[in-house]
Amino acid sequence: MDLFEYQARDIFAKHGVPVLGGAVIENAEEARAIAEGWGGRAVVKAQVKVGGRGKAGGVKLASDPADAVAKAEAILGMDIKGHTVHKVMLAQTADIKDEYYVSFLLDRTNRTFLAMASVEGGVEIEVVAVENPDALARIAVDANEGVTDAKAREIVEAAKFPADVADQIVEVLKSLWKVFIAEDALLVEVNPLVKTGDGKIVALDGKVSLDENADFRQPEHEALEDKAAANPLEAAAKAKNLNYVKLDGEVGIIGNGAGLVMSTLDVVAYAGEKHGNVKPANFLDIGGGASAQVMANGLGVILGDPDVKSVFVNVFGGITACDEVANGIVQALELLAAGGEAVTKPLVVRLDGNNAELGRKILSDANHPLVQRVDTMDEAADKAAELAAK
Amino acid sequence: MAIFLTKESKVIVQGMTGATGMRHTRLMLADGTNIVGGVNPRKAGTSVDFDGTDVPVFGSVAEAIEKTGADVSVIFVPPAFAKAAVIEAIDAEIPLAVVITEGIAVHDSASFWAHAGEKGNKTRIIGPNCPGLITPGQSNAGIIPGDITKPGRIGLVSKSGTLTYQMMYELRDIGFSSAVGIGGDPIIGTTHIDALQAFQDDADTDLIVMIGEIGGDAEERAAAYIAEHITKPVVGYVAGFTAPEGKTMGHAGAIVSGSSGTAQAKKEALEAAGVKVGKTPSETARLARELIGK
Repeated sequence: MDLFEYQARDIFAKHGVPVLGGAVIENAEEARAIAEGWGGRAVVKAQVKVGGRGKAGGVKLASDPADAVAKAEAILGMDIKGHTVHKVMLAQTADIKDEYYVSFLLDRTNRTFLAMASVEGGVEIEVVAVENPDALARIAVDANEGVTDAKAREIVEAAKFPADVADQIVEVLKSLWKVFIAEDALLVEVNPLVKTGDGKIVALDGKVSLDENADFRQPEHEALEDKAAANPLEAAAKAKNLNYVKLDGEVGIIGNGAGLVMSTLDVVAYAGEKHGNVKPANFLDIGGGASAQVMANGLGVILGDPDVKSVFVNVFGGITACDEVANGIVQALELLAAGGEAVTKPLVVRLDGNNAELGRKILSDANHPLVQRVDTMDEAADKAAELAAK
Repeated sequence: MAIFLTKESKVIVQGMTGATGMRHTRLMLADGTNIVGGVNPRKAGTSVDFDGTDVPVFGSVAEAIEKTGADVSVIFVPPAFAKAAVIEAIDAEIPLAVVITEGIAVHDSASFWAHAGEKGNKTRIIGPNCPGLITPGQSNAGIIPGDITKPGRIGLVSKSGTLTYQMMYELRDIGFSSAVGIGGDPIIGTTHIDALQAFQDDADTDLIVMIGEIGGDAEERAAAYIAEHITKPVVGYVAGFTAPEGKTMGHAGAIVSGSSGTAQAKKEALEAAGVKVGKTPSETARLARELIGK
């Protein structure tokens, strides 16, 4: 889960990373009092989870309280790369002398953590990495040893931070590592980390991405979720513990296992090329051993998507027996009908693997008018795409 | 021969007495796996009857190894306790630890991986968040269904569980030497490269099928490794061509970030290394058939 800048700022402050005063607002008029409190000037920053907001006009300097209100008004509601701005953060202004970059992240390739640091901050670090790779220091951090004084010094030296700020940056790195560990983060990034006119080091902007697998020991993280922005179908699926991602096509997809469902999306998209370019409407993995209720929940979400024209249920019975899956589908349709939801969209079902024959027989016997059985993944995808194109 | 797991393997189950552990221990036994014990400190000294097979419960992995000579541990411990379980297996120096558990925090995986390194990598870790591995006709360590296919001469390595099953099913008449599910998490122990080298060295494997998915650069690195070190034919499949950027597709590691991690880039890298890559599971199976001449 990626956080908003203001949430990252709060988390930085909580663990001792130096930040400037900041406040998040949803109503432009609130900007007046905040700017007044800081002597009039403030930076008004769109809160969106996408890079390049500065270039898009989402960050403005306000010269006085009235200007802060005007700037906030202009930025609130703005569309930045498809993200609507619902909140702006007001930040204290800083007298910037130098801009640096520091981050900790997961290094998948080396299966460890990585520190990255550069004296060339304030620009997109991906650009620095490509155009001037020597300017970006990369230091491996052992997951169990962490960032000690010595490790922080090593990072500072590798990135060639000036001597007058070295001690302060060592402290920033240690605090930022605390954020990384204590919050189960996958990424903590400060860009820019600035040196002010009076020689202080301050984190001016930051990114934090959290590991949702750690939610069991991070009870405070739930409150950081951006529930308002979630797609309503994704929110409904999440409430039912379903692993669902909304996509922009017409063929609803249900399958078991993340890899098989991803593969199903591909096979449906290829089949769609022959049928008016229909595409998958979603990713939904109901997992192994799914009950009738889980199948009903999944079908409920997918049939509730107005974009869906047909549904493809693609199950490989591994541990799960296909007769249970077939019963699940039949019961799911009954549950939905009993719940007052009229099922009107055609379902294409492909069952293979454990007890597939039994499962297929159950579907044949149920003889539901909207359910079609197709016995291979390719042919079923083709049929589902054809039905969606009608 | 097969890789990592044979009929000689002596398998213990950490988390055997939980519901998932019980269910899969029964299935593994039915597939002929030589299960010599379970581990649960609170039930040490008891035993569990699985349809007539009495499996003793030990207080620790170290004790189980001492009493039984176990050399494989299959771990079904819930996410919150998985790190401690894996570290226990590493400290006991069991040669192979298969971590089935799904949903382990990345910091925990990074920590037990670092710990394995500190201990000299004496334990091969497979997973986490994986279906385990099977050597058909010999032994099954994990949750891969034992009845999809038979012993044969194809080696399979895959990030995804159900795609492993799908591919075994597509090629069921030919059969497999071993099939290894390495898991879809951002940090995993055994990689595609490790399994590719093991299949290269395995006299019973003629052809390797490699299944990847979006996210990370493991497939690209495997491609470079294949070009350099693998002389057996390799057929590849990558899931997630149509996955959008920035959306996690079920597996914690399956995400396209910017231009990295795309299925297209992985396919191109594999093809540049001489790997035949299928667009779909069925096409991949057809390519494998062509190469093996069946």
